[in-house]
This record gives sequence, C-alpha cells and structure tokens, in this order.
Amino acid sequence: MSAANKESRLGAWIAMAVGASYFLLPLIATFEFSLRMKRGEYSFEAYEVVFGDPQFQATFGYSIVMAIATILMGILLVVPTAYWVHLRMPKLRPLVEFITLLPLVIPAIVIVFGDLRMYNSSSIIPLTGSEHATDFLLVCSYVTLSLPYMYRSVDTGLRTIDVRTLTEAAEALGANRATILLRVIFPNISSAILSGAFLTFAVVIGEFTMASLLDRPAFGPYLQLIGANRAYEPSALAVIAFIVTWASMGLINVFGRNRRTLPTR
Amino acid sequence: MAFLEISNIQKRFGEHTAVHDFSISIAKGEFITFLGPSGCGKTTILRMLAGFETPSVGSIVFDGRDVTHVPTNQRNVGMVFQSYALFPNMTVAENIGFGLKVAKAGRAEIETRVREMLKLIKLDALAERYPWQMSGGQQQRVALARALANKPKVLLLDEPLSALDAKIRISLREEIRELQRDLGITTVFVTHDQEEALSISDRIVVLNEGRVEQTGTPSSIYNFPRTRFVASFIGTLNQLTGEVMDIARGEIRVGTQTLVTSNPLDDLRNCQTCTLAIRPEAVTLDGAGAGKNTVQTVVDDVSFLGSIVRIRTHLGQEVLSMDLFNDPNQKLPARGDTVSLSFAFENLLVLA
Amino acid sequence: MNWLGVVPFFVFALLFMLLPTAYLMVGAFQDAEGHFTLLNLVALLEPHVLSAYWISFKISMASSIAGGLLGFLLAWAAVLGRLPGWIRPTLMTFSGVASNFAGVPLAFAFLATLGRMGLVTILLRKYLDVNIYSTGFSILSFVGLTLTYLYFQIPLMVLIVTPALEGLKKEWREACDCLGGSTVQYWRYIAMPVLWPSILGAMLLLFTNAFGAVATAYALTGSSLNIVPILLYAQIRGDVLHNPNLGYAMALGMIVITGLANAGYMVLRSKTDRRSA
Repeated sequence: MSAANKESRLGAWIAMAVGASYFLLPLIATFEFSLRMKRGEYSFEAYEVVFGDPQFQATFGYSIVMAIATILMGILLVVPTAYWVHLRMPKLRPLVEFITLLPLVIPAIVIVFGDLRMYNSSSIIPLTGSEHATDFLLVCSYVTLSLPYMYRSVDTGLRTIDVRTLTEAAEALGANRATILLRVIFPNISSAILSGAFLTFAVVIGEFTMASLLDRPAFGPYLQLIGANRAYEPSALAVIAFIVTWASMGLINVFGRNRRTLPTR
Repeated sequence: MAFLEISNIQKRFGEHTAVHDFSISIAKGEFITFLGPSGCGKTTILRMLAGFETPSVGSIVFDGRDVTHVPTNQRNVGMVFQSYALFPNMTVAENIGFGLKVAKAGRAEIETRVREMLKLIKLDALAERYPWQMSGGQQQRVALARALANKPKVLLLDEPLSALDAKIRISLREEIRELQRDLGITTVFVTHDQEEALSISDRIVVLNEGRVEQTGTPSSIYNFPRTRFVASFIGTLNQLTGEVMDIARGEIRVGTQTLVTSNPLDDLRNCQTCTLAIRPEAVTLDGAGAGKNTVQTVVDDVSFLGSIVRIRTHLGQEVLSMDLFNDPNQKLPARGDTVSLSFAFENLLVLA
Repeated sequence: MNWLGVVPFFVFALLFMLLPTAYLMVGAFQDAEGHFTLLNLVALLEPHVLSAYWISFKISMASSIAGGLLGFLLAWAAVLGRLPGWIRPTLMTFSGVASNFAGVPLAFAFLATLGRMGLVTILLRKYLDVNIYSTGFSILSFVGLTLTYLYFQIPLMVLIVTPALEGLKKEWREACDCLGGSTVQYWRYIAMPVLWPSILGAMLLLFTNAFGAVATAYALTGSSLNIVPILLYAQIRGDVLHNPNLGYAMALGMIVITGLANAGYMVLRSKTDRRSA
C-alpha cells in the first residue's frame, strides 16, 4: 500500500476513535452516575426508586398509550393517502410531499402554539376544554410530528412493491378497493409501516415541548421535572430512555431486514 | 527491448489468486487486447499496469523504466473507463485540459491542446457542455481525448465500449483504432467481446481464470485455436468427439463415419478419444471433392441471421452447424432433410 | 370519486398544520383588538427578544458548522477511509439512534458527563489535575449547550452526507491519478466541487434543527440561556412579555428563518440532483 493510503487510513482511525469517545463517554458517564445513588458504593438504588415511583409508571404508561394512538392514527392517515397518490393522483405527489415535510420546517413549538391558540376554549372547535379533548389534540400534534417519517417509510415501501401492477392484478381477480388495500397492499408494506411505527414510538415517548405546553402528564415533562428536583434519578431515567430508543431502532432494523426475505410468489 | 515489458506478475487477494504468472512483451505503437470472460484476470492486469493495484510478484517496465512500485500519478498512463468517469463539475474542455492543469501548464498551452484534442475526436462544438448533457458515445470520446491530452506513454482502455449501444460500439471502436494508429501510441485494450477484439487488435491475449490460454494475431487465434477454451470462446465452433484410428494417416472415427485431418496428431495415440473442431463457415453444402471430408447429416434447424444463414444438423449424437452467406435465390434445406456436408482435411482441427 | 382517498389527509393537514400556522402568522400582524398593526414586528427589536434571536442564531450556527465539519470527517472516515467493513454500518445505525436521542435525556447525559459532578470533570481533576470549572467553563452555558447539541447534530450530518460521499465514484479518483493529480488536487478540483452543495445543504438542515430545539435547552439551561424557543415557551406559558401578540410575531420570526434555511437546502438539493442525472 502506498504511503498516501497508509496516512489516510491512520487519519480515518483517529477520526473514528475521537468520534467513538465523544459518543460513548456520555453514555458511560450517565450510567456511572446513575449507579452512585448510595454513597460510597455502586448500586441500582436510583433505578429502584425510579421504577417504584408511581409517577413514573403513570406517565410512562400515558406516553405509551399516546404513542400507540399516534401510530394508529398515523397509519390510517398516511397509508391510504400514499396509496392513492401512487396509483391515481401522481400529480398530487409534490404537494403531498411538501406537506409531509412541513413539520421539519416549522418547529414543534410553533405548531403546538398554533394548535393551542386555534383550539382553545374561546374558539369554534374548543379542544382544550376537557382532558380527553386535549389528549386528542396532543395525539394530532404528535401525528404531525411523526408525519415525515411515517410518510417517507410508507412511500418507500410502496415504491418497492410496484403498487400499480399488484392493484391491477387484484382487480382482474375481482377484488374491490377496500379488499385490495387490506389484503394486498397492507401485508406487503407491513415492514415499512412497522419501521415508521417504531420511529414514531421513539419520538413520542421522549417528547417534551408539546406535552408540556398542553399540560398533559406525559413522560417528557415528568423527565424534566425529575431533572429539576433530583440528582441521581435523572441519569437512571436517561439510561432507560436511551435503551428504549435503541430498542425501537433495533426493531426497525430487524423488520427492515425481514422485508427482503419475504417470499415472492 | 520491448516498449512495455511485463515479467512474471502475479496478483493474490488473500486466498484467491487472480493472476498466475503473466508475462508479455509489447512493442511501441502496438495495439494489444486482453480478451476473456468475467473474472479471468484481464482487468486486474490492466489495473496493475495503471498502478491501482500492485503485483504480489513480478515487475512492469515502461520504456526502460521500472514502474512496478511507482504511484499512478507518476506513471503518465492514459486510462479510459467503462463508465466514462468524466468529472461532472467540469465542462468538456475543462475535463480534457485537467491533466495539463494539474501539471501546471500555461493557459495558452492548455487551450491549444484542448482544441487539438477536440478536433481529433470531432466534437469541437461541445467544448462548453457538461457530461450530463451528452450521450454515452460522446462522453466516451471526451474521455479518450482527456486520456490522450497528456501524451501518455501507454493508453489503457477498460471495456470502454461495453456500456454503449451496438451501433455506436462499432463506429467508436473503429475511431479508437484509427486514432491509435495516427498517434502511434502503445495501447492495451480489455474486453470480453471477441468480435471487438478480433476487429481492432494487432495481437490478442486470451485469458481464462488468471492464466493465458493463447497469444497471437486475430487471424491465428481464430483459425488455429490451441485449446478447447479458446476455440469455444472465439466465434462459434463445432466440437465433435472422436476416436483416433490411425495417427499416420490422420484418420479419426466419429460416430459411424471416418474423417481425415491433415493437422498433426502427435500428442495422441491410436484408440484415444479426442476433441475435434470445425468452423461453421468452413463447411459447404454438396461440395464433395478431393482433399475433403464428406458426411451425411440430418437437418434440425435453419436460422436466418441476416447476412448469414445457419443450418444446424446432427450426425448421430454430434451436432454440426454450417453457415451460408445469405442468398435470396438459394433454395434452403428443410427440417428433417438429409444433406451432404463437406469440409477440407486441414479444417478439421484437433484440440487437446 | 378519486378525491375521497386523500381528503382525510388534507383535512388533517389543514386543521393541524396549515391553519394553526396561518393563524399565528396573521396574529403577528394584529393587536389585542384584532386591528392590523406592525407594532408586534417592531417589538421584536426590543433588546430582550432581539438578543434571544441573536443567541439562537449563534448557537444554531455554531452547532451546525461544528456538527457539519465533524460529521463530514466521520462520514469521510467511514466511507473513504479504508476501514474494516463493519465500521460503516455500525456508524450508520448509531447515527440513526443518536440523531433521535435529543431532548431531556440528552441533557441529563451531558450533565452526568461534564456537569460539576460529572464523570469527565472528576476524572480530569483526579488524573490530569485539571479543573475545567475553574477556567470559567460550565455545561450550563452557550458552549455547554452547543457541545450537547453536537450529540444529535453530528449523527444527522453523517446520515445526510454519507450518500453524497458514496456518490463519489471511485473512477473519478483513478482518472485523476492517471492524469497526474495529487490527493490535494483531487479534493480541490473534483471532490469538493461535487460535494459542497450537499455539505452546505446538510448544514442548513442542521441549522433548522438547532434553531427550533426546545427540550434539550430547557432541560439543560432552564430559562437561564435566553434563546428564542425558550423565550417563546415562557411566553406561551405565562405571557412573560405582557403582549400576547408578540408571541405570534416571535413564531413568525422563527418560521421565516427556518423557512429560508429550508428553501436554501432545496435549491442546493436540486443542484445536486440535476448534475447527477
């Protein structure tokens, strides 16, 4: 190997080493800090406190429910739309894509601010009146937040399976639109949907801004509250949050890989 | 001393040996082609000539200078890639002038050379175009001009025509050959297309699995293939299995008939099985006569291929095809007919 | 009949994205009674608000430039550094996770690392006798927040820029070598001109990302660091600026800035797409 090649390889290794330490140190530090609750020795005391805290269970549970609702609503919204755009209204595609990218342009805080102003008690559609109505508003805000990921995932999935041909084949065999969607399209893009779902899950679980401004007992605001008042529990929570995020992402990879091994008939 | 001397080079990638002990002497101005299927090592050898790979063993000498361990950018080779590899952010003129720019030549010099090159490839009007605005054939000509602008010692072409349409492939290969002749530049061409190789090379090296099968002029490789691989790779070939009856008289039995060959059978003994080969164009219909073998065969298929009509027949278990030039007035045999085919003794080749 | 399939989507987008945003933008030009006024925009120039925009701008610039450069180096190392094959997929997976690991947990993680009782702080004091806090450094500051932001900015950069680096054809480098070019010349005349729209575009996305981030900042520096999202947050919660419509103006300001950055990104994207056709 020439000298120039050896140099660039060394540089690459150094870059990787520095990068790895920057990214791994905080994780190690957080874990280490979370073990320090009992003075003088390492223990999982902080985790015990966290798991035993009824607030933790309540807010974590609440966020999980919210995440599932967001995912369901997102699927119901995105899949038919993506399917239609692919099949019957390709001219609408740029407009739809633009809309799905808006949540990346307009900051989350602005979106929820707008929602709050539009749907507060003095407007035509009062959604902040009751708890359940506010929950609904929160789910809608979450769906907005997850729209880019969900749509991109489903769109890629549809592109991979040649929607048009599948639909025509199904129609020739006598299926109606609903049947096609449910029995032909859905199963074939299931892994794309799952990818979008897990990403949404990771985003919703840790979300803070929207939940806090809408004053709902979600996991995000709970985390922030703990951070403001306690010393060691926040680190334990950070470790838990990180594991949850990793698990979600890991599951995306698992399902992503499965797609390629689906049998072709 | 040859202009380009490759001595005993080998290339190993881990456990796999891509090139076994390859040597060749190439004269100045010669157009030599490395021909073979994918994976035969031809591209690996070319890349070693360019300097992208270093031989595990052996040496490469350009015009008396040992360049085996010299980095690519100091070897002054011109290279044309299958994917054209034009720099997308530069115009045609900038692409062609890049080598001179890098060598810190003056602006006037670069302009003159670029104009010269554009004239050579007949694309003067496209000087300010970008690669994505041109067709594949045009891009490849620019790539050629870029490689030649630097006046390299050796021109290397790595399957340059494989990505192009059939018609362009033919016209461009002729252009390349003409350019090469005019400039007198030593050229190494790599391809898997045997027709390409036959039409433009001074010499061809046929490679298979990292080894040389045969080296020679196009005519000698085509007409006198030395191994079964070469015979079947170049052109179409009839291969027959026969049993040697009499070495002295060149008699071999194929099926129920005895054929005679004037080619040497020295390596064989009586009663040994051997492989025979006949080119389809060496076979004629009803051409019996002195010095010729004549066999009776049954027609399986008559294919119209444009300028050639190919008649496929069988002789017992063996398949024998023959080619006729297209003649609309000629009456062709039908499927199932028995025909009489003839070929001269010397056209019955003996392979290993 | 065809429209039926996409109606729910557009209704949703209208109700929960387009109308609320429009409402805010219109409200920015209204006073408390609903009359048209430009005073809200003028109020943006008030020192407290203006400084918030300035600090936000500085943090977004710092984290997008630093994140851009460092992310590019990491991506370069993984794609072109001739490292063992397992490194690139690992980096990509990790970047996918880390780019989503923002917000409150990230703030905690950095507090645990570089806070007063953080692991690195303690190790530096114990083994290298260096007390970073005595030099005036604090994790609860502009520098600290930028450092924390880098944790999701760098992975985002890696994710966006890696495809561009992979688009650098090996043959371009080889052709450049044959023509006598050195490594420096390759990067200067070929690689950088091809890459810079993607790099700049990616940095614009990083800028947008940082500008709108609330949770991490709030969890780390609370209200002590005056950035626009925090200010807006406080304003929404408790009208600290005593002018409800000013909140709308601030939101409008944010949308304009992030909108411009994104427009820039799309222009640069179209430049790359056209060239690679």
